[in-house]
Amino acid sequence: MSTATLTPKGPSTLRGARLPKWSPYAIAAGSIALAVGIGLAGGLHSRVQWGLIAAILYVVGTYAIAAAVEGKRQAKDRIATSFVWVAFLLAVVPLASLIWSTVVRGVKVLDVYFLTHSMGVVADTEPGGGIYHAILGTLEQVGLATVIAAPIGVLTAIYLVEYGRGNLSKAITFFVDVMTGIPSIVAGLFILSLMLMFDMQPFGFAGSLALAILMMPVVVRSTEEMLKLVPNELREASLALGVPKWRTILKVVLPTSIGGITTGIMLSIARITGETAPVLLLVWGNAFINANPFEGAQASLPLYIYQQYANSAGSGAAYDRAWAASLTLIAFVMLLNLVARGIARWKAPKTGR
Amino acid sequence: MGTPTQITDAPPPAPQPAVDKRAVRGATRPGDRIFLGLSRGSGILLLVIMAAIAVFLTYRASLAISKDQGNFLTTFQWDTNLVPPNFGIAVLAFGTVVSSIVAMVIAVPVAVAIALFLTHYAPRRLRGPIAYVIDLLAAVPSIVYGLWGALVLVPHMNGLFGWLNDYLGWTGIFSWEGGAPRSMLTVGILLAIMILPIITNVSREVFRQVPQMHEEAALALGATRWEVIRMAVIPFGRSGVISASMLGLGRALGETMAVATVLSPTFDIQASLLDPGGGTFAQNIASKFGEATEFGRDALIASGLVLFVITLLVNGAARAIIARRKEYSGANA
Repeated sequence: MSTATLTPKGPSTLRGARLPKWSPYAIAAGSIALAVGIGLAGGLHSRVQWGLIAAILYVVGTYAIAAAVEGKRQAKDRIATSFVWVAFLLAVVPLASLIWSTVVRGVKVLDVYFLTHSMGVVADTEPGGGIYHAILGTLEQVGLATVIAAPIGVLTAIYLVEYGRGNLSKAITFFVDVMTGIPSIVAGLFILSLMLMFDMQPFGFAGSLALAILMMPVVVRSTEEMLKLVPNELREASLALGVPKWRTILKVVLPTSIGGITTGIMLSIARITGETAPVLLLVWGNAFINANPFEGAQASLPLYIYQQYANSAGSGAAYDRAWAASLTLIAFVMLLNLVARGIARWKAPKTGR
Repeated sequence: MGTPTQITDAPPPAPQPAVDKRAVRGATRPGDRIFLGLSRGSGILLLVIMAAIAVFLTYRASLAISKDQGNFLTTFQWDTNLVPPNFGIAVLAFGTVVSSIVAMVIAVPVAVAIALFLTHYAPRRLRGPIAYVIDLLAAVPSIVYGLWGALVLVPHMNGLFGWLNDYLGWTGIFSWEGGAPRSMLTVGILLAIMILPIITNVSREVFRQVPQMHEEAALALGATRWEVIRMAVIPFGRSGVISASMLGLGRALGETMAVATVLSPTFDIQASLLDPGGGTFAQNIASKFGEATEFGRDALIASGLVLFVITLLVNGAARAIIARRKEYSGANA
């Protein structure tokens, strides 16, 4: 007799009543069905309204049912869970829409001809033409910016991690952080003010300088993080063998963290490749091929997108070209991202992560 | 990690007959001095660039403002070609603040929810891929957002605008006269999408730092997952979330191309978020620059200086909050 009371057949009463696992799906299905019914009966045409009614029914239904079965606290928990899921889905929708529309509209004119011809004798309203001049300009401007910004950024990070103590390094750390937030157009205006002073015309390298200003703090931050991951034992072992500090940095610290540093630099390249504002102010844009970044206006891929969009409103050919150029730009940036993350995973130091 | 081979690359230490104190200290070797000089020099160069930005922008701006006939802060016009010129930043400041506030109101709750989703709700195996998707959102260039916003988002806003006008039009903020939805609300929504990743990433860093003990203690007392978040996670992460939001605000304030492509600008202030019009600092520079004379460019630089100072203050405050709790590495996001 007593054994029967000690082992009750039902679920443990300590845990309280729980809704079965399939209940959220059931409530969702129920509220959608009800919303469709209300929509049809009420003659509501907009599918968005149907969705909103379904969402409200779902929230109310979940709360009511959970409150009745599990109690108020569990009901609140379920509402919070569904809000968090909805927020996540909300963020995915624009990304999916953006990539979908870029790919679908971009492939229309994207072919080898498009990639290997300039807009030289093509009016903005005509079909044809391509982005060769823009790709060339972007590669040159971004390349020059990287040549300037990468060494300065890496050296600054080395100073901060290996030497930095005291007020100077504190000041540098703070201003690097603040510099990360400089709007790209302000960097462009800074170079522009220099150009106005020396009475210069737009040229590609001016854009590179502005891009370098945007790139430096990003390189410093990411390199700093990577150098901090290098175990101190390695440095100490090298120093204990009598190796000078600078050779320790060059031969031990940098090789250990080179993967992460490369990743950081590539991610920052990906970031500045898409910058339009400084290029708009300083490089000006050019329908013809100009391979010299030190003289004359140049084209650039993001700027090309903007100009195709802005200068020829209403023309289908220009919109198609803008989408195709966007697709090229996104593909390039995503590729850089993927490769960079691949390198990071492949070369990651074993500490951390 | 192959470190032993790397260390053997280094030359064996030279035998030293007598202990030389300077050699032991090591900082006096020429190689060290050169290397220290180079790296310290680059650090100083960064500071010099920051100072130069402030100095040159101020100088060019002073050239323009000294000839301004109106009040630079309160004039509702931008006529730099008039003799005498008459321009002011009132409209731009209003538009910049309004669009950023709209963006923050939308982005902060969603971003915090996504950060919670990534740290507390998502199935463990999905966390990596989902974080990657959010990073992709950050990698898309702003001009592509602008193109998408102008050609895809804007046409889709008509329904929402009509609905808002029907039910909330009486507030004045959501009234709509039926113009193309190239308005501050659309700009704010687009900016919200663009600043979502940075707020999410920094908040996620902060939520990850919440001591496991606090959460387990709350669970042991019988708290539900939501109660754990409200009692242990949010209080711990509040300052981090605030600074993350301010970093996002800094981005939204300075965004140029997305605003320039979506907004149809006018130079006046209006209460409605739905009617097209208004302008922001960065958008005004990008759209007015093409036709500007040298004086007009100086005037635009003056407005850029204001933007620079505002973003500097916002970012500095955000970083100061982060720096007070040094363990966050969110600054890299």
